[in-house]
Amino acid sequence: MLKLLLSRLATAIPSIVGVVVVTFMLTRLLPGDPAAYFAGLAATPQAIAEIRTKLGLDKSLPEQFGTYIVDLLHGNLGNSLSTGQPVVAEIASRLPASAELTLVALIVAVAIAIPLGVLAAVKQGTWIDHFCRVVTTAGVSLPVFFTGLLFAYVFYYVLQFAPAPTGRLDVFLSPPADITGFYLIDSALTGNVETLWGSLRQLALPALSMAIFSLAPLARMTRGSMLAVLGSDFIRTARASGLASRTVIFTYAFRNAMLPVITTLGMVFSFLLGANVLVETVFAWPGIGLYAVNALITSDYAPVQGFVLTMAVLYVALNLLIDIAYGLVDPRVRLES
Amino acid sequence: MLPLLRHARYVLSKNPVTGLAFALFALFLVAALFGPLLAPYNPLQSNSAMALRPPSAAHWFGTDQLGRDIFSRVLVATRLDLSIAFASVVLAFLLGALSGVAAGYFGGWTDRVVGRLADTIMAFPLFVLAMGIVAALGNKVTNIVIATAIINFPLYARVARAEANVRREAGFVEAARLSGNGEARVVLGHVLPNIMPIMMVQMSLTMGYAILNAAGLSFIGLGVRPPDAEWGIMVAEGANFIQSGEWWIALFPGAALMLAVFCFNLLGDGLRDLIDPRKRT
Amino acid sequence: MTAVPTLAVDDLSVEFRTRAGTVKVLERVGFQVDKGETVALVGESGSGKSVTAFAVMGILDPAGKVTSGRAMFGGADLLALSEAELAEQRGRELSMIFQNPRTALNPIRKVGRQIADVLVRHGGATRPDAPRLAVDMLKKVRIPDPERRAEAYPFELSGGMCQRIMIAIALACRPALLIADEPTTGLDVTTQAVIMDLIGELAHESGMATIFITHDLALAAEYCDRIVVMHAGHIVESAPAGTLFTMPRHPYSAKLLAATPGETASLGQLASIPGGLPDLRRPDLPACRYSSRCERRIDDCRRPLPQREVGPRHLVACWNPL
Repeated sequence: MLKLLLSRLATAIPSIVGVVVVTFMLTRLLPGDPAAYFAGLAATPQAIAEIRTKLGLDKSLPEQFGTYIVDLLHGNLGNSLSTGQPVVAEIASRLPASAELTLVALIVAVAIAIPLGVLAAVKQGTWIDHFCRVVTTAGVSLPVFFTGLLFAYVFYYVLQFAPAPTGRLDVFLSPPADITGFYLIDSALTGNVETLWGSLRQLALPALSMAIFSLAPLARMTRGSMLAVLGSDFIRTARASGLASRTVIFTYAFRNAMLPVITTLGMVFSFLLGANVLVETVFAWPGIGLYAVNALITSDYAPVQGFVLTMAVLYVALNLLIDIAYGLVDPRVRLES
Repeated sequence: MLPLLRHARYVLSKNPVTGLAFALFALFLVAALFGPLLAPYNPLQSNSAMALRPPSAAHWFGTDQLGRDIFSRVLVATRLDLSIAFASVVLAFLLGALSGVAAGYFGGWTDRVVGRLADTIMAFPLFVLAMGIVAALGNKVTNIVIATAIINFPLYARVARAEANVRREAGFVEAARLSGNGEARVVLGHVLPNIMPIMMVQMSLTMGYAILNAAGLSFIGLGVRPPDAEWGIMVAEGANFIQSGEWWIALFPGAALMLAVFCFNLLGDGLRDLIDPRKRT
Repeated sequence: MTAVPTLAVDDLSVEFRTRAGTVKVLERVGFQVDKGETVALVGESGSGKSVTAFAVMGILDPAGKVTSGRAMFGGADLLALSEAELAEQRGRELSMIFQNPRTALNPIRKVGRQIADVLVRHGGATRPDAPRLAVDMLKKVRIPDPERRAEAYPFELSGGMCQRIMIAIALACRPALLIADEPTTGLDVTTQAVIMDLIGELAHESGMATIFITHDLALAAEYCDRIVVMHAGHIVESAPAGTLFTMPRHPYSAKLLAATPGETASLGQLASIPGGLPDLRRPDLPACRYSSRCERRIDDCRRPLPQREVGPRHLVACWNPL
C-alpha cells in the first residue's frame, strides 16, 4: 500500500521538475528584454535597469534558474504590477473560487455522464443510445465560452431565471465566514441559508457550462467501457450462473467498467482547468483564471507566470490522486506492488 | 477517375453522416477561399448609423456595435480561423510525426527524449500551456499557431511512435533495408508514407480541437487583434452585448465555430471508419 | 419404460447474422442426456459444439437466433422460456463452466464472494451465512487452505485453481445438469486429469448429468459414457464411448479417431482429415456437410440425412456408413 503511494509519488516528481523548467524557460523566451516586461509598459529605462538587477536578469542562465528555484521554495512568485501585491497571495485568495467552480462542474458532469453512458451501453440501439451519441458529439464541438454566453442569454436575459453573470454572489449579499473559502460549504456550515442559496444560483450557469463541455469524453468512455465489459467472458459466466440482471449490470459490469473511466478523469481535468479560464471570463467569476486574463490584458507578466505554474502543479497533483485512486480500486494494481 | 467516383458514391451511401461532413467541409472551403469576394459588405467598414441592428434582409446576421455587417465578417473570418488551425495542425504533424516515427523506429535514447518531451507538455493543462506560450512569445497570430502546434505535438508523437514500432519489423521495411537504403531513407521514404492514412485521420480529428483552441485564445485577447475578423474575438465582442439583449453579435460567429468543429470531428470519424473500422467507438 | 432424460435436444437449428450473410451454424441438432450420464460433444473447432451449449443455456450472442427446435429440461422447453424464467434455472438446475477460467471469473471480485453470490441468488443462503457456505464449497472442490483462498482474487490463483472455483460456482446449488465447455483446454496434463476426476466424482455423488464439450477424443473416451460427434453444425454419430472407439460407423468419426494420438502413435502415424469445414455462409450447402471431404460419397448423399440406429444407443447420420 505504502509502496503504491511511493511509486506513484516517484512518477510525479519528473513531471514537477519538467513543469518548473518549462515555466522558467517561458520567461526567458519573452521577446525583447524580459526586464522591460516585468517593469511594465510605462517604465522608464532607469526603472527597467533597476528591475533587471532586482530580479537578477543580468546574471547567467544557470544562476537565474538557481534563484528561480530558491524563490519558488520560499513561495515567492514575484509581484503584480497593477496592484504591487505578491502574486502568491493574490493567487491563494482567488484559488477557492476557481476550485469551487471546477469541483461543482465535475460533480455535475459525472452525475450526468456516467448514468447516461451506462444506460446507452445497456440499452444499445435505443433512443437513449442515440441521444448519448448526439450529446457526446455536440459537447465536444461546442466552444465552452459560447455555451456560457448562450446560457447567460437564455436564462438570464430572456427567461430572467438566473441572476446576472457578475461573480460569485449578488451584490446585496455578503460572503460567508471564511472557513474553507468555498461559499457553498462555508454558508452551509454557518447555517446561512440566504447566502447558500445565493451562491448556488450564481454557480449554476458557469458550472453547467463547464459540465457540458466535460460531459462528452466521460459519457463516451463510460459507454465504450461498459459495452466492452458487457461482452467479456466473466459477464457470460455471471449470466450463465443465473445472477439477477441488476447484479450483473451493477455489481459485476459497472465496477469493472469504471476502471478506464477513472483514467479518463486525467484528460477531463485538463479540459476543465482550461475551460475554467474561459468560463470565469464570461461570468466575471473572481478566480485565478480571470486573474490571469486580466493580467494578460495589462501586460502584467508575473501573475501570468504564477498562474501557469500553479495550474500545472495542481494538475500534476490531481493526476497523482487519480493514479492513487485507481491503484486503490483495482486489486490487481493494489496487490501487485 | 470514374471508378474512384463510383467508390466514393458507394462509401457515401453507406455513411450519410460522413457525406454531410464532406458537404459542410466543401462549404467552409469555399468560404475560406472566396470569402472576401463573396461578402456583400466590406467586413472592416464601420457605419455608426447602422450600429446594433438585428438580422434583417439587408444584413442577414445583423450589425455589430460599429455598424459592420456581421455576415460578411463571419464569412471572411473563415479564412483566418481555418488557416490558423490548419497551419498549427500541419506544424504539429511535422514535429510530432517525425519525432514519433524516429522514437518508434530507433528506440533507445531517441525514444526516451521524445517521450520525456511529450510527457512534460502533457503535465500541463493544455489550454493553460498555450496561454503561457503566447504570453511568452508575444501576442501575435504566428505564436497562436506555434502554441497550438506544441500542445498537439504529444498526440501525434504518440500515434506515430506506436505505428512506427509496429512497422519496424514489417516486410516492406526489411526489404527497404536490404536493398541498401540508409536508415534515414527507410524512415522517411518508407515508414512515414505508410502511416500517412492514420496521420490524416489524426489531423482531421485535431483540426476541430485546434479551431476551438485558437478561438479560445482570441476570446481572452491573445493573438488576433481588432479590427480583424475572427470568430473568437467576434464572440468576445458580442459577449459585452449579451446582457443588453443584442444576441446576434455573439451568436453567429459562435454558431460558425460550432459548425466548423462539428464538421471536422465528423470528417475525422468518417475517415477513421473508412481506414480502420475496428477503432470505431 | 426408460426414465425421462435430463435434457432432450430435438431439431435444434441456429443461425447467425453476420456482415457476410446468414450462417447456418447448427442444423437439426438432436441428442439426449440421461440422469447421471456423462455425454461428450466432440468435433473440430467450428463444428458448433459451444454454440449448441450456448443455445441451450440461452446465452447466445445477440447476432444468433434459434430458428427451430426444442430443449426439454425439467419438463419445460428451455428455448421457449423468457429471460427471467431462464435466469431462475441457470445456476440452480442447469450450470455451465467455460474455458480460460482466469478470464471467466470477475477479475476484481474475491472468489469467495463470487461463489457466495450464486448461493444467495439461488441456494437460499442468507448474506451472513453465504461466506461460510462458500468456504464449504471450496473444501468440496478440494482447494487447500480454503478460508484464505476465499479471500483471493482470480489473478492470484493458478489456472487449475480458477477452474475449481468455476466448478464450485457451477455446482454450488447442486444442479441436475452441468455443461462443461472445454474445461481443461490450456491446463497442463496433470491438472487436466485432476479436474476431470473432480467433475466426475462430484457428478457421481449427486447423480448429476454432465455434457463435456471437447475436441480431444481421447479425453472424451476416458471420462465419458457416451460420445456425440459433431461436424459443421450436424450431429453425425452418437454412441457409447467404447463402441465408438471399436466400431465407428461414420467416415468422419473414423477419421477423427485416426487423427487422435493414442499411446503408441507417433507424429508420423497420425492421419489428417483432408479438406476443411465447408463455408457455412453458402446457401447451396449439400444435405451432408461432410460429403465434399468424404471418400465414401455416393449419390444418395444428396438426400436429407437419416438418423440410422445401427446398434444399442448407436445412431449414425450417414447413407453409406462403414
